[in-house]
This record gives sequence, structure tokens and C-alpha cells, in this order.
Amino acid sequence: MTAVLEASGLGKRYGHKWALSECMLAIPAGKVVGLVGPNGAGKSTLLQLAVGLLHPDAGSIAVLGERPGASSSEMARVGYVAQDTPTYAGLSVSDHLRFGARMNPSWDGALAEQRIAHLGLDPHQKAGRLSGGQRAQLALTLAVAKRPELLVLDEPVASLDPLARREFLQGLMEVVAEHGASVIVSSHLVADLERICDYLIVLVGSRVRVAGDIDDLLASHHRLTGPRHERDALPSGQAVIAGSHTDKQSTLVVRADGPILDPSWSVEQLDLEDIVLAYMARAVEQPKLEVRS
Amino acid sequence: MIRVAFRQFRTEAIIGFGLLAAFAIVLAVTGPHLAHVYDAFESNCKSAGNCATATNPVLSVDKSLQSALPFIVAIAPALVGVFFGAPIIARELETGTFRLAWTQSVTRRHWLAVKLGLVGIAAMAMGGLLTWMANWWASPLNAVNQDRFGVANFGFNGIVPIGYAAFAFALGATAGVLLRRTIAAMAVTGGGFAAARLMVTYWVRPNLASPVRKSLPLSSGHGPGFLVGGPHGSLMALGASISSSTPKAGDVALTGSPMLNVPNGWVYSTAVVDKTGHAPTSQQVIHACPVFGPVAKQMAAGGSPPAPSTAQLQACVTKLSATFHTVLTYQPASRFWPFQWAEMGIFLAAALALCGLTYWWLRRRYA
Repeated sequence: MTAVLEASGLGKRYGHKWALSECMLAIPAGKVVGLVGPNGAGKSTLLQLAVGLLHPDAGSIAVLGERPGASSSEMARVGYVAQDTPTYAGLSVSDHLRFGARMNPSWDGALAEQRIAHLGLDPHQKAGRLSGGQRAQLALTLAVAKRPELLVLDEPVASLDPLARREFLQGLMEVVAEHGASVIVSSHLVADLERICDYLIVLVGSRVRVAGDIDDLLASHHRLTGPRHERDALPSGQAVIAGSHTDKQSTLVVRADGPILDPSWSVEQLDLEDIVLAYMARAVEQPKLEVRS
Repeated sequence: MIRVAFRQFRTEAIIGFGLLAAFAIVLAVTGPHLAHVYDAFESNCKSAGNCATATNPVLSVDKSLQSALPFIVAIAPALVGVFFGAPIIARELETGTFRLAWTQSVTRRHWLAVKLGLVGIAAMAMGGLLTWMANWWASPLNAVNQDRFGVANFGFNGIVPIGYAAFAFALGATAGVLLRRTIAAMAVTGGGFAAARLMVTYWVRPNLASPVRKSLPLSSGHGPGFLVGGPHGSLMALGASISSSTPKAGDVALTGSPMLNVPNGWVYSTAVVDKTGHAPTSQQVIHACPVFGPVAKQMAAGGSPPAPSTAQLQACVTKLSATFHTVLTYQPASRFWPFQWAEMGIFLAAALALCGLTYWWLRRRYA
């Protein structure tokens, strides 16, 4: 199975500041990928590189085996819902569908109209008069009716209320179930993504901290509690992600390839949010010195 | 993509071409009357030789429209730039819809080419239609004024407004991309277009081709004029005399006639010189025309002497014409169309360069 997105040494900078650096990724096809990280971590930059809105300053990126934005045929294979779900305020819902039809040879008009009807949107309503949730749904409809192989969504629910959030994600899952596109969706909240994703990328401080199948992440990360340990006392194959120590006791979040055998530790399962928070905390504790020529 | 560009341009197009149509109706209603007055004037001129006095009726028909017309034709391209050009990309950047537009199955280059091409052609069509309508309406005036090369008339005759419209549109699009703010881009477009027009009119156009220099006898046209200087810049002007500099107190200057008539041509200057190219000195004039001796003395003393008679001036000119002649520097009427093509070419080339800059900047800044 080929990768839907393959990045190698990928970097992008604005002025002297690197928004994304040394990004290595190989995302297998058929996944619903969650991209999490705090605001300003570089999530939008990575996604805009993936859809060809930005070009890399370092390394390379291939989406569906091609350079993003290189040709109209490549662009037809990738659907994109931008942050804040921009639409033309002066154009009506049906104008937007016509826009989609004329801008995309692979346009599925029946699908688009069906979705609009299902959502209960008035085709004559101007997009500027839609609620945030409705506008996000319209933007999703535009991206989905392209019938893309990869759907990229940049914080699509960030500005939505909880109900609209749920409806949007539900709509997204229906589309994925029906048409089977790969999806990459970003959010700064793990909770948004937990229910829909099967693959997770944690991006903090312009770097990818961890990426993998959620099941694997859950299986390989543990919280260890026990008498105070030195960090480097862990066996090989185990890496400390985060730790806190008191005089008597150590609490570590570790990534381990196999089971934890040391009987002095009590081992606890972690949920996804714990794992993500551990990586975020680590990035704050150990800021990497970034020196580039 | 073309139909998308059409749809996004629809409101502006309706307003723009609506205004043009309204203006066409005004011209169509008033034009025939103007033509009729001109025909009456012309037949009167032919049959009765009553040409000079009959000029007035033509020039006093729809006077406000007559004076507004060059202004309207001059300002229309600026409006095209401000309302078609400035928002065309700036609005997409401002509202974030460029992220929607540039992630459909259309490359950015294609998107930009269609948008700029379609609206640019519409802008040029508007410029062309407007100048064509204005020229149709004003053709009697042009026949009377015989001044198509004049600064005010050159810009609304012929084909240059097409180039102006294309340039203003491209300037607006470029300003929008550079500034990313529609309102700011509109202001810059209006100012930039006015600056470009003035610069080309006063610096570039006079140098497009070196003017023709023609020597004429001193007495041709309305003849030369005399300026006699007095104290504190006071002056006695005789004949058709206009000069930018005032002679010193007690000096007499001989100036070329500004009235030398080159129909539909463009007169740069008329100067009075001798064979070696020198203008007559005050002494030479007074020597040739003794009548100016006492006049100059009285002027220098602050008096107001009686002006020499027309016969005396005539005798003076006859005497001076043995040594001096008038040099007329001008662009002949036959160069009107080469100048039109050249100036339109300059503006079209600038418009293309701006489109290129827009594309380059979009790639560089948004990538």
C-alpha cells in the first residue's frame, strides 16, 4: 500500500522562523489521520504544504505520489477544507456548487446536492448568511464532491459550538464510510479526533513528536509509578516521554516496544489524551536548540 | 474556470456596463443636435463665407457635457482600475477564499490567467467603447477646434483609452496582491494611475518623436509680438505676444506668435531667431525700430507711454524680417495615429509587466 503523504526532512520557514522543520512522515492510505498540537505548532503549515498552497523550504513532500499542486490532475485528487472554512460571502449555496462543478472535472453533482438537501441548507441562501456550522458543512461538501482520494481538513471544527462540532464530524465520518477516502484532519483538541481517527500525529513546536496507529500508540505507552529511579536505568527499547519525581517516587510516561518486566514499577494504561499531553509537556520541558545555518 | 470568473465578476460588470449604457443614451440623445448645428454652421460657412462668427453656436451646444466629456473619458479607466482591478485578487486574499480557489482542480497560474484575462479584456472593451462613443459625439467639436493633439483632446481621441483601461486594471490587480487590502489597493490604484498618466503626458509623450522644426517668415500667422519691460515687472505687450519671462526695465523683447496655426498638430514652441540661431537683443530691436527708443525709456522711468501704432509696428516687423525669422517646433497632424499607437503600446506593455509581477508575487509570497 502506497503512502498518501510522504515527507522527508520537510521544512518551511517564515522569515527566519521555522514553522515546520525536519518533518519525516509516511502516512499509509486508508487512514483517518488526526494531526494534533497546540496552536502555532505548525499544523496549518504542514497541511498547506500537503495541498500545494505552500512550497517547502527544505526537504520534500509527496502526496499520492506527486508533488502537491504540481498539476490540475494532482489537485483533483486532494480535497481541502481550509481553516475557518472560507466561502464566498456574496455567492449562494448553489453558486458554490456550480463553482465546484466548474472548477473540478471529477465533480459529483448528485453527491453535492444530496448532501445540501440532507443538511437542510437553502440553495438560494448567500454563504455570508450561513451559520458557522452550516458554512463548514458547505466547505466540506465542496471538498467531498470533488471525490478526492485524500481529504485534508485544517481545524474544521475549531470555531464551532459543540453541537455543530458533533454534526460536522459525523458528516465527515459518513462520507469516509461511504466513499473511502483517506483523511487528514487537524485540531488542537485530542477529544475532537479521538472518536474518528485511527492514526495520530503529534506536532509540537514545529516538529513531529510522534506518529502512528492509535492502537499501537495506546499499546506501547504506559505510565510507570514506583520508587525513585534514575532515568537511564530503563532497559533498551523503552524511552521516557515525560517524568515527574518526588524524593521517594518517580512517575514516568514511557514508550516501550514490549511489555514492562521490571516488578518495581506499577504499570498503568494511558488514554490518548494522556499520551498527547505527555509529548506536549516534553516539548515544553526540553526545547530543542534549533540552530540552522 | 471562465464561467466561474464570469460569475465572480458579474456585479461589477453589470454596474460598469450599465453606467456605460446610460452614458451612451445621453450621448445618443444629444449627439444629433450637435451634428445638426455643425452642419448648419458648415453650410453657412461655405455659402456665406461666414466661418469665424459661426464657430460659436457649435461650441455653445451642451456646454457642460462638452467640458465634462474629456474628464469622463479620462477618469473612466481610473474607475476600472479601482473597482475592477483592485478587488479582483485582494478580496480573495482578504477574506481567505484564495485557499478555496487555489485548491480546486485548477492551477494557480491558470486561475490567475483566466481572471486577469477575462476582466482585463472587459476593461479594455469598456475603454474602447467609451472612447468610440465620445469620439462620435465630439466629432463636430474636433472639426471646429482642430486640436486633436492637444493635451486634453489626445487622451479621449483615438485608441489610447484602451491602453489606459488595461493599465489601470493591471495596476489595481498588482496593488491588491502587494497590499492584500482592497481599500488600500483602491487608493494606490487611483493615485498611481493619475501619476502614470501625468508622467506620460508631460514627460514621455513630447519625446516619443523629435518634433519638426520649420522656418517661417517673421510676418506669418499673426506675426510676432513685442514686450517692453518696466520697473517692478510691469509690462507693455504689443501684438500676439506671450512669453514666460518678462524683459528687464527698459528692454524690448521680440517673441514668436503663439497663434501660428497647425491644424490638429501639436506646437511645442515658436521662437524668433537670426541665421545663427540667436534671439534678437533689445538693442537690435530698438536699432531696427527707433520708435521703441522713447517708449522703452519712458517705461523704464515708470511712465505709461502711448503704444506705437499698428503701422509703425508693421514697418518694424518688415525691417526685422531681413535678419530674423520664426522657428516653429511642432508635431504635425499626420503623427496623431503613430503617437496614439505608441502611447497605447506603452500602457499595454506596462499592463502586461504588472500582470507578470502579480503572478511572480503570488507564487513567491503565497508559497
